[in-house]
Amino acid sequence: MTDILYAKALVQVLRESVEHDDRVHLMGQYFLGLTHHREMMAEIRDNYPERVYYPPIAEVGYVGAAIGAAMAGLRPIVDIATASFIFQAFPQVVNEAANIYYMSGGKTKVPMVFHFNQGIRGGGAAQHSHSPQAMLWNTPGLEIIAPSTPADVLGLVRTAVASDNPTAWVDHIKLFDVTGPAPEDANYSIPFGVADVKRKGSDVTLVATSWMVQKTLAAAERLAEQGIDAEVVDPRTLVPLDETAILESVSKTRRLVVADECHRRCGVAAEIVAIVAEEAFGDLAAPIRRVTADDVPVPFSPPLEEYIEPTEDKIVAAALSVTS
Amino acid sequence: MLPDLPGDQLVEQLRLMLVIRRFEEALIKLAADRDIGHFHVYIGQEATGVPALSLLRDGDFTFTTHRNHGHILARGADPARMLAEILGKETGYNRGKGGTLHIASLEHGFPTTSAATGGCIPLATGAAFAFDRRGVDNVSVCLLGDGALEEGSWHESVNIAALESLPIIYLCENNSLEALGQKAGEYPSSTMAAAPLTDLASIYKMPAIAIDGTDSAEVYTTMKTAVERARAGEGPTFIEARTVRWPGNRPLWPQLLTGETDVAMMWDDDAIPAEHAAWHRTNDGLLTFGRLLLADGHTIASQIGEIDAAVTKLAEDAVQFALDSPYPAPEEALADVFA
Ligand SMILES: Cc1ncc(C[n+]2csc(CCOP(=O)(O)OP(=O)(O)O)c2C)c(N)n1
Ligand SMILES: [Mg+2]
Repeated sequence: MTDILYAKALVQVLRESVEHDDRVHLMGQYFLGLTHHREMMAEIRDNYPERVYYPPIAEVGYVGAAIGAAMAGLRPIVDIATASFIFQAFPQVVNEAANIYYMSGGKTKVPMVFHFNQGIRGGGAAQHSHSPQAMLWNTPGLEIIAPSTPADVLGLVRTAVASDNPTAWVDHIKLFDVTGPAPEDANYSIPFGVADVKRKGSDVTLVATSWMVQKTLAAAERLAEQGIDAEVVDPRTLVPLDETAILESVSKTRRLVVADECHRRCGVAAEIVAIVAEEAFGDLAAPIRRVTADDVPVPFSPPLEEYIEPTEDKIVAAALSVTS
Repeated sequence: MLPDLPGDQLVEQLRLMLVIRRFEEALIKLAADRDIGHFHVYIGQEATGVPALSLLRDGDFTFTTHRNHGHILARGADPARMLAEILGKETGYNRGKGGTLHIASLEHGFPTTSAATGGCIPLATGAAFAFDRRGVDNVSVCLLGDGALEEGSWHESVNIAALESLPIIYLCENNSLEALGQKAGEYPSSTMAAAPLTDLASIYKMPAIAIDGTDSAEVYTTMKTAVERARAGEGPTFIEARTVRWPGNRPLWPQLLTGETDVAMMWDDDAIPAEHAAWHRTNDGLLTFGRLLLADGHTIASQIGEIDAAVTKLAEDAVQFALDSPYPAPEEALADVFA
């Protein structure tokens, strides 16, 4: 295991996917957004020019074309860039890709990956800050991965590319700068539906996905200073979801906080909380808490954005409120 | 050539073009010292926006894009409140909720500004639908980039406008000439099989005219005909205004590659630096407009110098106002979700 940058792991797994399977094509290429890391994509652009497609600004067209190509022999990884633009492609993602295998009676496969950079990015304002994973989760037929570390992006994307199902890759734009250990084994992959306990603890369960895992781990360190031993559970994939791991942790700690960057109503946290309320009500020693984005469009102004964002401070406060 | 207008109105148009230029330059300088996020400037397109939008009147609507600053300033918005919005301040046009991408000012005819490429096209078409059904002679102007024609929203909307003979002008600013493009890892623009771009409108049976976006006379007369047509209930027009991309707009983040504009380049060829000389000499519509005003005797160099000094001060004051203004109270974030 050596430490690598998330952005580097992302480019590595894309490059290897293209290298190892000639059915894999990148459609769109803003995987690293407009961040200063974006030049790393040149490695793929230059070495595999015929495997990178530069689409027009036509999301419903090229994302839909990726779905069509997946049925006809390719395994596209289609990049939607800013997650908010997936709404332009929703008719094809939600009403076509997700339904195809089912509507065909289990005959037609759609082996592809939808990648997008989601989340409150700092100054993105209302039209560039969405976290559409809850909307996608409300769409049966899509697998959803949400890596939070360099190792997880390597392992989960390998599985996503190998999967015969349409898979949404939820990728928070702030993760690119995260550094962490990554296995060098080129065959390392992470099965879907297996949560990762990112920190062991006994006093409270903190469930988080994507960038919120990083914030939650930092919050857990602060809680430790106050004598509270938090367990951080990262489901890693929303579909399929490792309910067992979450329930096991809750049965041990008897307390639950879920941190999530979707809006509060019908967000990712809402679903996780509902499962625990249904399955483990008797285990709980305190009310469940959610730390989410407020139910307002994301404002531009920095202090307003910070006000509605699920922050480390808010996670600490929520954990304290259920443990004291 | 110059628009067929009295001299004082032409000088006022030059002043507005300079307001935009100095505003955008001040913004780029401001961004060098502090992180104000990603923004887009209108440098190089002033000679399109100012004459075109001078034809609008109260009650007309204009829908713009991520590249909105110049359009809103052309309609007389206050540079100080614009900059305050770009910095997310309480005194901004939208009290910091929108920022650079979404500056909106109803009093100047900008009800909302979408930064989703092509997002403005159905909205502008709908405003024209309302003017038509309400029986008023207002017009809707849809300002779109060439890239927006790649979105499906273009085709769906323009068909509606054509079928219903709606009072709308689609003013497409094609600033892709000499753009770098996606393969260089820079901004995408004009990835279109259809050429010329006017074909994308003429198939819907409406006047579709390509013009030089730095030729203010062509901009003005073409737009005037389109606006009169729309007010008379004769339906939509498509105008493609072509401009060479300002070199400072070729990288992802605007840079003052051509320096701060020296207005002396309008009357003194020696003031033109060797680097980017072609830009200054032929592609910068603002400089061209000033040269024509001088040649036709509508103004003199010293007057341009005075206007420029006043406008430069206006931009500096705007920066100071924006910096001095307070941020909104954080809990303001929860306000204004519903009317
Ligand atoms: C729906 C959508 N897709 C992609 C983008 C990213 N994007 C922002 S500006 C831009 C280029 C727009 O080109 P054009 O319309 O010609 O405007 P220009 O910037 O050249 O003035 C793109 C692709 C976006 N904002 N919205
Ligand atoms: Mg353009």
